[in-house]
Amino acid sequence: MTELTSLTIAEAREKLKAKEFTSVELTQAYLDTIDAANAVLNAYVKVTPEKAIAMARASDERRAAGKVGALEGIPLGIKDLFATQDVHTQACSHILDGFEPKYESTVTQNLWDDGAVMLGKLNMDEFAMGSSNETSFYGPVINPWKAEGSNQQLVPGGSSGGSASAVAAHLCAGATATDTGGSIRQPAAFTGTVGIKPTYGRCSRWGTVAFASSLDQAGPIARDVRDAAIMLKSMASVDAKDTTSVDLPVPDYEAALGQSLKGMKIGIPKEYRVEGMPDEIEKLWQQGIQWLKDAGAEIVDISLPHTKYALPAYYIVAPAEASSNLARYDGVRYGLRVDGKDIVDMYEKTRAAGFGTEVKRRIMIGTYVLSAGYYDAYYLQAQKVRTLIKRDFEIVFHDGVDAILTPATPSSAFGIADEDLAADPVKMYLNDIFTVTVNMAGLPGIAVPAGLDAKGLPLGLQLIGKPFEEETLFRTAYVIEQAAGRFTPTKWW
Amino acid sequence: MSVDLATVKRVARLARIAVTEDEANRMVGELNGILGFVEQLSEVDVSGVEPMTSVTPMIMRERTDAVTDGDKAADIVANAPLTDRNFFLVPKVVE
Repeated sequence: MTELTSLTIAEAREKLKAKEFTSVELTQAYLDTIDAANAVLNAYVKVTPEKAIAMARASDERRAAGKVGALEGIPLGIKDLFATQDVHTQACSHILDGFEPKYESTVTQNLWDDGAVMLGKLNMDEFAMGSSNETSFYGPVINPWKAEGSNQQLVPGGSSGGSASAVAAHLCAGATATDTGGSIRQPAAFTGTVGIKPTYGRCSRWGTVAFASSLDQAGPIARDVRDAAIMLKSMASVDAKDTTSVDLPVPDYEAALGQSLKGMKIGIPKEYRVEGMPDEIEKLWQQGIQWLKDAGAEIVDISLPHTKYALPAYYIVAPAEASSNLARYDGVRYGLRVDGKDIVDMYEKTRAAGFGTEVKRRIMIGTYVLSAGYYDAYYLQAQKVRTLIKRDFEIVFHDGVDAILTPATPSSAFGIADEDLAADPVKMYLNDIFTVTVNMAGLPGIAVPAGLDAKGLPLGLQLIGKPFEEETLFRTAYVIEQAAGRFTPTKWW
Repeated sequence: MSVDLATVKRVARLARIAVTEDEANRMVGELNGILGFVEQLSEVDVSGVEPMTSVTPMIMRERTDAVTDGDKAADIVANAPLTDRNFFLVPKVVE
């Protein structure tokens, strides 16, 4: 049975087509693996075995009738942020206790329309706020990777930590994820998986629990570049239900793999060489540059001068939007309610009991920066800085750069309950230093595994592209993957 | 800029989150840490720069002014903690 779960989506697709096994068999193999591993890794907060088998059976019937979708019979894990009809959807928050929506998110509907099978809902940081998956109401997710000779449990990154851990440990063929400041790319880098945050507007946000609406984008976490391309093709769409969904046809991303890099210009931004960055990351970056050069790309040094302001601007814009978006959780229409002496007391007690520490912290920051007298100094200033961050990218793209290569994270995965990080929220926020610029500018970014550090833990490189040029990212990431190879954790769980 | 205990309590009230004295005290330090971190934005020269309103230049799409959805009262109240005949129930607001 382990044989079946070790297949990539592309491999399973071929073998399903050749009738070597059925979707029911493949799905059952995943359910058995989840059964054996989830108590340790805590990647799923809700497994839906009956639904999975029913969907797999329906898929096998469609195949028998000659109707085969792009993801026909492929078992996937879904981040708890996506609304799934009549199934647990709580953004891993206590405040959404018992919430089972009566509707399906556009992204997941697209996957089911293409024949995919849902295994269950994946753990995440509460409301996608976190970089370690430790803020979930359902407890931390464990990274299937461990440092050599160490028994310490590591975080899978966040907020899509359940997605990354499940993909790395083969508890699903691929997973949906979302990225507001790095929540797809950082966990992908920490687990040796591939994650892409597409251009803002490429995937519909309809039915995805909102965190910061001007930054949130859905994307896949997958085992390799090809699988990520296959998944994004299905997830992306033009959707009348989301006015920020962009009216552009979705290309066949898989067709971009294997295309030459000759004539391509790759930018290396000097501002991403940050103080205190481990030598290993610098070495990996140089290695990545060499691989792309060997593949025929031209390497140019570039400058993105406002880079250092992206993270502080993000910690104004994202909490501000979050404080508005999360105002809806008031104990009236869904989820938790804690009774009070009057309606305001009920709101205050419900929100005090329902939100975790990090979510409260961000709502407080957001409320403060939007409050009378501070709006101009904080929010307006941050939105102006955001314009400058985007302009930095526009200038280098205008000068002929096709894609930008950077490290994905400033370190490899760190330990669960790291005392340093717990004591200083800003230190935890610095995890997103290389990824957050991409969200601020609405650009596509992909994290691809590129090597292991001295401790034997995966490290990733990030490629940043022009708006709606995800194909360039897949093409370039594929070259890195071909050179670096793929990385799978040794099973200990 | 930094916040004191009274400001934290006022903001918590605005955000409709009940905080204990201990929590409020802890938040003073945490929020000041974050505000200290974002303070560096004030050194950026933004004269003549428009604030970003949308990452992709786009015109808000319009749709026909027609009923496209509805008749779902039972679905809408299905997840509510307390309802009566498709109404949400809340504590008495008007005396």
